[in-house]
Amino acid sequence: MTAISRFAPALALGIVVAQAAVAEDIRVGVIAPFSGPFAQYGTQYQQAIEAYQAQHGTSAGGNEIEFIYRDVGGVDPDLARSLAQELLIRDEVDYLAGFTFTPNALAVAPLIEQSQTPTVIFNAATSAINRDSEFYLRTSYTLWQVSAPMAEWAYEQGVRSVVTTVTDYGPGIDAENAFVETFEALGGEVLDSIRMPLSTTDFTPYLQSVLEQSPDGLFVFLPGGPPTYTFTRTYNENGLREDGIMFLGTAETEESNLQALGDPALGLMTAYHYSEAHDSEANAEFLATLRELHPDAIANWASVGAYDGVHLIYEMVEAAGSDGPAAVQHALGLEWESPRGPVTMDPESRTVIQNVYIREVIRNPDTGLLENVEQGIIATVGDLGWDR
Amino acid sequence: MGLFLNIVIDGTAYGMILFMIAVGLSVTMGLMRVVNLAHGAFALVGGALAHWFQQDLGTGFGIALVAAIAGTVILALPLELVLYRRIYRMGELQQVLATIGLTFLFIATINLWQGSALLVIEFPQALRMPVDLGFRTLPAHRLAVIGLGFAIILFLWWLLDRTRFGVRLRASVDNRDIAAAHGINTDMVYLATFGLGAALAAIGGIMGSELLPIEAYYPLRYMVLFLIVVAVGGMGSILGSFLAALGLGILETAARYLLPDAATISFFAIVILLLTLRPNGLMGRV
Repeated sequence: MTAISRFAPALALGIVVAQAAVAEDIRVGVIAPFSGPFAQYGTQYQQAIEAYQAQHGTSAGGNEIEFIYRDVGGVDPDLARSLAQELLIRDEVDYLAGFTFTPNALAVAPLIEQSQTPTVIFNAATSAINRDSEFYLRTSYTLWQVSAPMAEWAYEQGVRSVVTTVTDYGPGIDAENAFVETFEALGGEVLDSIRMPLSTTDFTPYLQSVLEQSPDGLFVFLPGGPPTYTFTRTYNENGLREDGIMFLGTAETEESNLQALGDPALGLMTAYHYSEAHDSEANAEFLATLRELHPDAIANWASVGAYDGVHLIYEMVEAAGSDGPAAVQHALGLEWESPRGPVTMDPESRTVIQNVYIREVIRNPDTGLLENVEQGIIATVGDLGWDR
Repeated sequence: MGLFLNIVIDGTAYGMILFMIAVGLSVTMGLMRVVNLAHGAFALVGGALAHWFQQDLGTGFGIALVAAIAGTVILALPLELVLYRRIYRMGELQQVLATIGLTFLFIATINLWQGSALLVIEFPQALRMPVDLGFRTLPAHRLAVIGLGFAIILFLWWLLDRTRFGVRLRASVDNRDIAAAHGINTDMVYLATFGLGAALAAIGGIMGSELLPIEAYYPLRYMVLFLIVVAVGGMGSILGSFLAALGLGILETAARYLLPDAATISFFAIVILLLTLRPNGLMGRV
């Protein structure tokens, strides 16, 4: 722990000592992948949590907060459920957090209902999750939240015809629905909606078909890593860029793989809620602390989801200690300044209302690195998929 | 007509990449009869070394390619001496366990060394250029892979059918004891062939990386793909793997053009049908 963390609690104590009736030891169980192909998520959560603690100390309202990490490996709802059970019963945690994948988040709904445990979702982005329990609070985003603004922006830019290419699984279909519905409502034409199997390695046939239909824009949803790499290269090499078909994406250019995408990523347009290059004081402070603790750390949506999640937990602990229902009540409508911009916890959908930015990939002339440079705020939006 | 040509061209390009990444396995598992699930691990080592030479040490693509192949072989030979030599005569289950364990070991090592992010290998500018085919363009590296695939199948045909080494290898595989009794140093023949398999794995990993990018979990992600090509081609037949890779590549590409949503299902349906009709593969010997 750095020097900051020793002084910050003292300061915090002075301000809030009157509110905390009885100081408690609060435990937060974090369920995330810490090994295997998705280990990066868990690592990023942990780094962001440590950064928050370095800035704000390890206690809130006089209550000491301890994080307990559990490795769920990957998409494994059974394991997520038994880890949650173990955390709730044996470790007696007061809060749950983490959850990268939707099935894992959904699996703990009956448990948190019964134990009345506030559960902060750092990532899982399917709108429907929060309907399963009043105790879910989400500090990431939903696919509707970013895909619909992309459609609006594209239409504003004069894009009138679009082909959508999404990976054929839950999040991809959510993204397709959001984009198509919004774009058609505005009067745009969707020429074709292609769903590509999850195991696709060669995107040439799909992109060649798109090229032959020659739309104004190409809406894309892909899981991170290898598919994004191959897809963006094929987009360039098969002449879609040259033909002026605008790439419209969301998380494809996220920071952990952005440098690997290389020059073919230049100029790609995405609508998203967080960019490491976001220009604000809160983001600069967050990045400075993060880099001080972990010099090689990359900040992306997973980091900011966890960072804000911890902030929310601190707020709840300060107001309600270990009283779950009171903590959730306090969280509803809460506003704060996040590294991504101003956010509000929507009392109805329990997902943050936030800015969605339109960004373009540009090479920073000073560092030589690729960045998602914000070209404007398209909208301050809540979870648009909540009522669907 | 345009659609048909697209299918043939993209299918051949994709099929040739399948052949490139599976030909090393066709040598170790097909010819040497060892269930080598660590094939992808050697491809990963090749790719990771190429990435390291190119991105971290700053060498050109050509040097990185040669150095990575050499590095993979240098790593593979002691493994043959220490591990593989002991499992040739064991049952398939033991071979599976030993080689899958080796795969996990490689994955963890690469993960520790280079992390779990994509390990990019940049092809030289000449290979990045689009080539105009008259009715559409194709990236030059796809054409290079098609050319290299033909070169490799010709080289292997020459090596296995036209050289003394090929005769010794086929004799050793058919009956190791009698081959040894005829004065063939079967240990050396196996060592050299295993090295060849590892070198081909590395070439496949690097040249295929535009479609199957290198990252720590590469061996598990694409294991099924390697195994399908060798199984459909028929154990022990390089030509079978070649035909299987091209056939599957063209069929899957056709499915992607014609039935985009059902491409994966049609791919596996064809594989099941083929293996039901010919359980030993296209060119498999019983």
